[in-house]
Amino acid sequence: MTTAIRSRAVPRTGVDWFLTVMRTGLSFFFISGVVLFLLQQIDPQNPIAGVLNPDATGLTADQLEGLVISGLSQGAMYGLIALGYSMVYGVLGFINFAHGEVFMVGAMTGMITSNKLEEAGIWEDAFPVALVFIILVAIVCSTATAVIMERVAYRPLRGSPRLIPLITSIGVSFLIQNISIVLLGPGAKSYPSLPDWLSQKRTILFLEIEGTKMMVVLVAAISMAGLWYLVERTKTGKAMRAVAEDKEIASLMGIDVNRTIVTTFAVGGAMAGVAGILWGILFRSVIHTTGFLPGIKAFSAAVVGGIGNLGGAMAGGLTLGSAESLAPLMVLEPWGVNGVSQLRDAVAFLVLIFVLLVKPTGLFGERLSAEDRA
Amino acid sequence: MSETVDARTPLLELRGINTHYGAVHILKDVDLAIYPGELVCLLGGNASGKSTTLKTLLGMVTPTTGDVVLDGEVVNDKPTSYRVERGVTMVPENRRLFKRLSVKENLELGAYLRNDRDGIEEDLERIYGMFPRVKERLNQKSGTLSGGEQQMVAMGRALMANPRVLLMDEPSMGLAPALVQTNFELIRQIHEEGVAIFMVEQNANMALSIADRGWVLQTGRVVLDDTAPNLLANPELRASYLGEGDR
Repeated sequence: MTTAIRSRAVPRTGVDWFLTVMRTGLSFFFISGVVLFLLQQIDPQNPIAGVLNPDATGLTADQLEGLVISGLSQGAMYGLIALGYSMVYGVLGFINFAHGEVFMVGAMTGMITSNKLEEAGIWEDAFPVALVFIILVAIVCSTATAVIMERVAYRPLRGSPRLIPLITSIGVSFLIQNISIVLLGPGAKSYPSLPDWLSQKRTILFLEIEGTKMMVVLVAAISMAGLWYLVERTKTGKAMRAVAEDKEIASLMGIDVNRTIVTTFAVGGAMAGVAGILWGILFRSVIHTTGFLPGIKAFSAAVVGGIGNLGGAMAGGLTLGSAESLAPLMVLEPWGVNGVSQLRDAVAFLVLIFVLLVKPTGLFGERLSAEDRA
Repeated sequence: MSETVDARTPLLELRGINTHYGAVHILKDVDLAIYPGELVCLLGGNASGKSTTLKTLLGMVTPTTGDVVLDGEVVNDKPTSYRVERGVTMVPENRRLFKRLSVKENLELGAYLRNDRDGIEEDLERIYGMFPRVKERLNQKSGTLSGGEQQMVAMGRALMANPRVLLMDEPSMGLAPALVQTNFELIRQIHEEGVAIFMVEQNANMALSIADRGWVLQTGRVVLDDTAPNLLANPELRASYLGEGDR
């Protein structure tokens, strides 16, 4: 792999020159930002540290810790959504852009259910039970959405050029958003407030972590472990991996390829449903467009991790979440950029571009030959 | 089940098969029958319809007219899984292992439709016995194996389905000459265990040296149907295939 990268770095054509300049430029930008940031952390008075931005003061340990934790909790959520993109790509070779809407459906149903539970007084009194319940409801609704989507929109297009389901998925995405407007109205709706004992900060080892974020990471970790078990250790998972690699031979083994594809959509949908609840808990507000940005970011996470690779999807999610939380203050601030916290989305996509420039297959992706992806 | 079937009832049969891909007429009135426990081969050059014949037997291609008969039952509208469950299994051309899955997982997928845990374990042991080298590499990704080892896994995977008839698509394709020899030896070994073998080959010499009977397919039509020794002696066949040299 190293040799391949090195040989590609030798400029030959104009495009190669351009890519090399981009790679070097972005690397310089990121690395120098971080170096300046570290210098500031050591001594804010250091003249080199302030060369680009004399006002920068660095971060306190508490601030840094807070950023890392919120980056990881959001990253875990992106990772869960990214799994759905990655699994569907693995099996069908196209990007299901409506997957963000599957996530939004999870967040919406969670909002409706949790408000009902609050009216009934269960939300505050028995929060853990209520949480498990809304997660289950979200899983059911998101799974159903994903499965219906596959049946109605994608299966009839199986075998057509890959661009066609891709464009269809964008249409499906708009359709679901508009159904949400019709059913629930265009305004933002909120989750009931979380119980106080949950939002409190707790000390674990030497870290002070907000209970909510801890829970988000925990729920994501449990879901991931469940998914890993399903894919790596069960017969269904083996069938899914076989279908992803070679549908014809999989059917020769007696595997029902259509059913396996539906299962893949269902499992990806379930993960998106869980992520929807995590969104509700982190931000407490949902609107019909809620699925768009997290969807695009999760897609980026799947690409950063190496699309088709499940561990990569999760790693990509955590990378992207941490990057968007840390990079504004660690890279942009030392460079003297104004209003850094509003640039988090831009930074997230800059990271995507950077990873693709340096390693086009993503962090854990394998180069797929033409015969693998015919 | 295999014991109850009369030895003279074909296990698997094609009756008057015509197949079209769009307007192209691929198979023309193809009749052939495979009896339990025999070793037969279908010879033919490129684009003669060999692969389509295999796909028709397995239900991956639907014939325009004619019947596919399995144990006396017409199975035209039955899916591949139905036929696999009843003992029809294929070793595909170029092995086509699941390269990103481990050797063990490949073997287990062969037994996908079986639920008899003990029988599966037993068959795994049997395959380890046949291919000791496979056993050494169970947890390796199958894509990392050598061509010969992959061939063993492909055969093992097919045997895990506990087949009564094994369809082999070009078993000598893409293998070094020494391996081709070993491979045909393996086919004979499997055949001796009572599994019927239907082999599709371009390497007519090699195939006929171990087969009982054979057919020659030319542009979708069966032009010769005879015993292996007669086919080997047939001047037409000698001219068109054996003289051409082996692939």
